Amino acid sequence: MASSTHRNGSQANGSNSDGSQPPATVEVRGLCHWYGEGEMRRQVLADVDLSIHPGEVVLLTGPSGCGKTTLLTLVGGLRQVQQGQVRVLGQALKGSSRGQRQRLRRQIGMIFQGHNLLRCLSAEQNVQMGSDLLPGLSYRARRDQAREWLRAVGLGDHLAKAPHDLSGGQKQRVAIARALAAHPRLLLADEPTAALDSRSGRDVVDLLKGLAREQGCAVLLVTHDPRILDVADRLVEMEDGRLRLSPSSAPLVALA
Amino acid sequence: MSGRGCWGRLWGARAIPLAWLLLTRQPVRLAVALAGISFAGILMFMQLGFRDGLFDASVTIHKEFDADLVLISPRTISSVSMSGFPRRRLVQSLADSEVAGITPVNWNLMIWRNPENRSTRSILAIGFEPNDPLFLDPELKIKAQALTQQGRVLFDEQSREEFGPVGEWFREGRTVETEVDGKRVRVAGLVGLGPSFGADGNLITSRETFLRLRPGTPPGSIEVGLIRVTPGADPVAVQARLQALLPQDVSVLTKSEFEEAEKDYWRSSTAIGFIFTLGAGMGFVVGCVIVYQILYSDVSDHLPEYATLMAMGYPLRSLLGVVAREGLLLAMLGYLPAYGVGQGLYALVRAATKLPVEMNTTRAVVVFSLILVMCMGSATMAMRRLADADPAEIF
Repeated sequence: MASSTHRNGSQANGSNSDGSQPPATVEVRGLCHWYGEGEMRRQVLADVDLSIHPGEVVLLTGPSGCGKTTLLTLVGGLRQVQQGQVRVLGQALKGSSRGQRQRLRRQIGMIFQGHNLLRCLSAEQNVQMGSDLLPGLSYRARRDQAREWLRAVGLGDHLAKAPHDLSGGQKQRVAIARALAAHPRLLLADEPTAALDSRSGRDVVDLLKGLAREQGCAVLLVTHDPRILDVADRLVEMEDGRLRLSPSSAPLVALA
Repeated sequence: MSGRGCWGRLWGARAIPLAWLLLTRQPVRLAVALAGISFAGILMFMQLGFRDGLFDASVTIHKEFDADLVLISPRTISSVSMSGFPRRRLVQSLADSEVAGITPVNWNLMIWRNPENRSTRSILAIGFEPNDPLFLDPELKIKAQALTQQGRVLFDEQSREEFGPVGEWFREGRTVETEVDGKRVRVAGLVGLGPSFGADGNLITSRETFLRLRPGTPPGSIEVGLIRVTPGADPVAVQARLQALLPQDVSVLTKSEFEEAEKDYWRSSTAIGFIFTLGAGMGFVVGCVIVYQILYSDVSDHLPEYATLMAMGYPLRSLLGVVAREGLLLAMLGYLPAYGVGQGLYALVRAATKLPVEMNTTRAVVVFSLILVMCMGSATMAMRRLADADPAEIF
């Protein structure tokens, strides 16, 4: 574990010292993925190429069942890569062990459609589950950080509330605070606005983008929601497991 | 991640007490779990308590004897079938310079007639010279003076009620007279010993009266010989010398060997030990099933949350640690009421049966260990459910 931290650390230092364009946070080349076996085998991803750079916000859209979530789980190290190359934060995921991926996930913040807060914990404790992943901090420091994050997402008055006492938008904001509390270098979000009304959905993505930018954190956001497309630096569309890249922000302007 | 952080998460000392919060989220289920564990603990306390109590009861008198070494006949198997041996063997032991004193004791079962309803029942009679030390309890020495008169006995008022309201009558100042083996005796005092396996009641009398009640007993024969060694002498060394000195028609035992031989008899030649151990085992199994059910459904209910933690980068072993801590908490919280209720039930049993059923440290530790094994074993089984937590499924 120590060696992997060290490797990541030295890599980050290297990129800073040579002063050139930092390496991509996510580098996907020729990624293919199948579900099922034998007769039932079905391809969900075909030859996907994608790069995301530090501080960049990339939106991934497409009809449901086109493989967006699968791509997200592969990039997030939640699934084993079958074919193709995936490098996340400098680490190749093809052939990686369960433990390697688990350690990598500490540097990846994840926001789920269903917020997935721990029901038995208060808002503050939920966020602290994120900051607890940071090494070498005292309990008090981690708790203070958690409170700080909840204030940043505008929930400073709801620290001790249980998830079921919060509204959908508030829960999603707690989930964002939790994801950011671990100081991730990559943030993956799967339809974070799906369960929210347009107003709170808008607030949530603006917040997400602002905070991610402050942290210099790359964001990959899967969404169906046309109202939030304008937060993207880059828009990527997926259909039937293939990406249709929008090379510049030109289509965004048209959409907006 | 630093080592300290890892331990912090594992033991919850410096992190959110997740195990506690998971358990207390559903108070009703926690209460059911604790009731189940406590019930299992109480069952184990009762069964083991009865077992030990019955074995302890078999040596209530043995323990009272003021002796370091005990002579018995090698043919003696248990307190209910004591064989006699020549009294001069006991006298011979005085030849050893470190033997300070001896007390010859007659020991036999006799028939006691209930003075109230005239029914008869077997009672353990102990005969000794009233001026010799017999019991460790110094009070007996004073009471024994009454035995110098012939036909007087000291009655054990903790004997079972079937012997009649002797203690009550005696305290009221009435003269209590009855028959033992068909001969008239008068109660001259009360002692408190308690019933055992072999005898429902006890009486103490002088050797003279004993021989009058049992005329068949050869006058030179005794059943038990008590030997006291000089202060500072090693009883085991004296035992070895006496074994060499005395012929093979007597056995020399230390006092604890004397007690153990009696307990061993009841342990090995009756089903009591097996039955009560089996009972305690049943409690253990019932507890295991309950704790496993609770922990398994707890893990199942929180599976998406465990998967979320795994997606966040928590290692599987820290989640296993959470389940293990839940097991530990259940064990500790379930044990406390079991201990309390166990104490209460022991008091109840003591009052009802006069058996020396008491809480002791060994049993308290044994039952706690069993509950701990039960909870941690069940937690280990429930952990297998955690393998089903797939973080890829939660998106």
